[in-house]
Amino acid sequence: MCLAVPMQIKEIPEPRRGICDLDGSTQVVDISLIENPSVGDYVIIHAGFAIERLDPQEADMRLDLFDELATHRAALT
Amino acid sequence: MTDRERILLAHGGGGQLSRELIDREIVSRFGAGPLEGLPDGATVPVEGDAVVFTTDSFVVQPIEFPGGNIGDLAVHGTVNDLAVCGAKPRWLSLALILEEGLELALLRRVLDRIKIAADDSGVVVATGDTKVVARGQCDGLFINTSGIGERLPGFDLSPAHLQEGDRVLVSGPIADHGFAVLASRENIHIQNGPQSDSAPVHRLVQAAVEQAADIRFMRDPTRGGLASVLNEMVESAKVGIQIQEESIPVSPGTHAVSELLGLDPLHVASEGRLLMVCGTDAAPAILEAWQAMPEGGGAKDIGAVTKEAGRVVLETLMGGHRLIDVPRGELLPRIC
Amino acid sequence: MKYIDGFRNPGAAVALREDIQALSAKLPPSDRTTNIMEICGSHTMAVARYAIRDILPERIKLISGPGCPVCVTDAGYIDAAIELARRGITVVTFGDMLNVPGSETSLAAVRSEGCSIEVCYSPLHALELAKETPEQEIVFLAIGFETTMPPAMAIIDQAIRDGIDNLSLLVAFKLVPPALAALGSDPELQIDAFICPAHVSAIIGANAYEPFAGAGGVPCVIAGFEPLDILLGLKGILAQLVDGVAKVDNQYSRVVSAKGNKKAQALMEKYLDPADVSWRGIGVIPQSGLAMKEEWIEYDAEKRHDITVQIGKLNPACRCGEVIKGIASPFDCPMFGTTCTPGNPVGPCMVSSEGSCAAYYKYSR
Repeated sequence: MCLAVPMQIKEIPEPRRGICDLDGSTQVVDISLIENPSVGDYVIIHAGFAIERLDPQEADMRLDLFDELATHRAALT
Repeated sequence: MTDRERILLAHGGGGQLSRELIDREIVSRFGAGPLEGLPDGATVPVEGDAVVFTTDSFVVQPIEFPGGNIGDLAVHGTVNDLAVCGAKPRWLSLALILEEGLELALLRRVLDRIKIAADDSGVVVATGDTKVVARGQCDGLFINTSGIGERLPGFDLSPAHLQEGDRVLVSGPIADHGFAVLASRENIHIQNGPQSDSAPVHRLVQAAVEQAADIRFMRDPTRGGLASVLNEMVESAKVGIQIQEESIPVSPGTHAVSELLGLDPLHVASEGRLLMVCGTDAAPAILEAWQAMPEGGGAKDIGAVTKEAGRVVLETLMGGHRLIDVPRGELLPRIC
Repeated sequence: MKYIDGFRNPGAAVALREDIQALSAKLPPSDRTTNIMEICGSHTMAVARYAIRDILPERIKLISGPGCPVCVTDAGYIDAAIELARRGITVVTFGDMLNVPGSETSLAAVRSEGCSIEVCYSPLHALELAKETPEQEIVFLAIGFETTMPPAMAIIDQAIRDGIDNLSLLVAFKLVPPALAALGSDPELQIDAFICPAHVSAIIGANAYEPFAGAGGVPCVIAGFEPLDILLGLKGILAQLVDGVAKVDNQYSRVVSAKGNKKAQALMEKYLDPADVSWRGIGVIPQSGLAMKEEWIEYDAEKRHDITVQIGKLNPACRCGEVIKGIASPFDCPMFGTTCTPGNPVGPCMVSSEGSCAAYYKYSR
């Protein structure tokens, strides 16, 4: 039930609306469920609504770990 | 006639208005060849001892989408069906069904695209027909095209010729057409999504003609996407196919929209891509030839024919293996 | 796409797979499999799509729980939606509900009869339709877990602010934590750990699972829906099982906070009250759903259009009830893949693309 993707807010043309970007494709979404949304925030989009923020620092830490795992693994083989 | 004008029922009535529409919009664009003088049927020369003959109907909504409209789609669809049968596309019929109230400016944009696409594909519109139906009886504009092609020498194509170890090639990123159309439906609100890949594939076929003896089968993965074509190929064969998720070319726009809508690019149509199965030795030369062409820049070797009869298997990014299924029909954005 | 593709890194998968194998070898000896239930359909889909079962040690069994709101929605709900459409009301629905069989027929079938059924990507579409056609009654099929409730309630909130009075919801909302509690304490089931949903948790917060973990409880891990999220989640669960602890491990900390989305929760509390609801295959679980509050009955399609959602009829051969609880595998059902297929579904688990049977049919026959 919970298909949702991370997008970045690029523009807030009116209080409840955000123009969000996913790798160049943009979508107008409702951002009224987010506390104090601002341009540059990453949000999780579900059914045309931003339902929560994504913390890029937490995400990047994970991605660094995955990169490390992959590199370490590649060095072994 | 001005751009603000619309199609009236009288445009299909056979009288003065019909004549005007045909002269100004059809003859002006396509009247130089066998259509000249508007005979009841076209007499066309062909080479060789057999022709390839195909037909297709086009009802796409919206009529115009990023990267094309129903017009070039109607040419490419039929031209590509001829090309994947190993034929050189030559002649095209063009039947238009117009809804009363259709904007003339839109019809002109469609006909312009048909003209450009036909010239690019090396086909000539040799015969045609125009009908007008009352408002509500069709959705703006439907097109049927039939095509005649001349067989290229050396091809003997059948899924029955697939052999274990053969390579599976695709000429570029998949599913751009289907996602361009889906993303342009107004209630989804996606901008700057993928552009349709609608294009002729006949040059890609011709580029491989030297390897014709090693080419087992070709298809253009339209409705049902790559998944359907691969499954159809091995349905009654003694072999199967395995492809690697990592190798499948997907454009950034299609990747993004497929994530947003929850639809698998393997299930979604391309309209300008060629899928080919060929012998191992022929694959590098064909890939190299394609990659040097504008329409084949993104060509990839995506997998191989296996001995697992009837099974189409995907090796996923996680290294697991699963069957690739055939889509169910109506593509609906998945929310749950 | 780095926040999508980065979580699908094939090299990292190889490494995590080895970690999982090593941990699995350290599990205490047992004569049965280690049963891990994922309770969100999006996890079920990701597990199938990336063939994750195929890369796990044999000892680890992933069970797909009742994680698809379409699957646990009663046939009687579809019957009510069809009845509304036949009265000339425009019914707006997510695509997955379209082919769900009611007691007699489906929304797709009545659409072909000429009823007005609109498939939407977002509930906002229902609001737009209501604005565009003020003389037409619009009903949005408000199904779902906690993730989908705030968007549905947001359109009602907006409709009230804009003075739109032709829009209502047919509500069949279900809550994940009460279902977890019921499954966790069901003696028929032998569940060793839960993978908790990603986006439900984004709304309700990680603390919502504390009652089921902790002393004598079952290990819970909150995992994202990307394949590496799932592998990392499984690794976390195995680590808990090896150490003999049971806690809530939030592996989706980039999105899920301890307390969840307060703004979304406030919206739900404003319009909805807890209710006893029936889950197909599980039965009535007290306080496991939400219904419209009395004061908002004009936005409640049941009251506004005077219709009652009855308990629908089920094919007696259908084993979806057991499949949803994880007691039976889709392969155990005599109808699976023969009389019941995605093209011609009998039971709810085959209908939804997230249903266990549909996922098994698509990816692992």
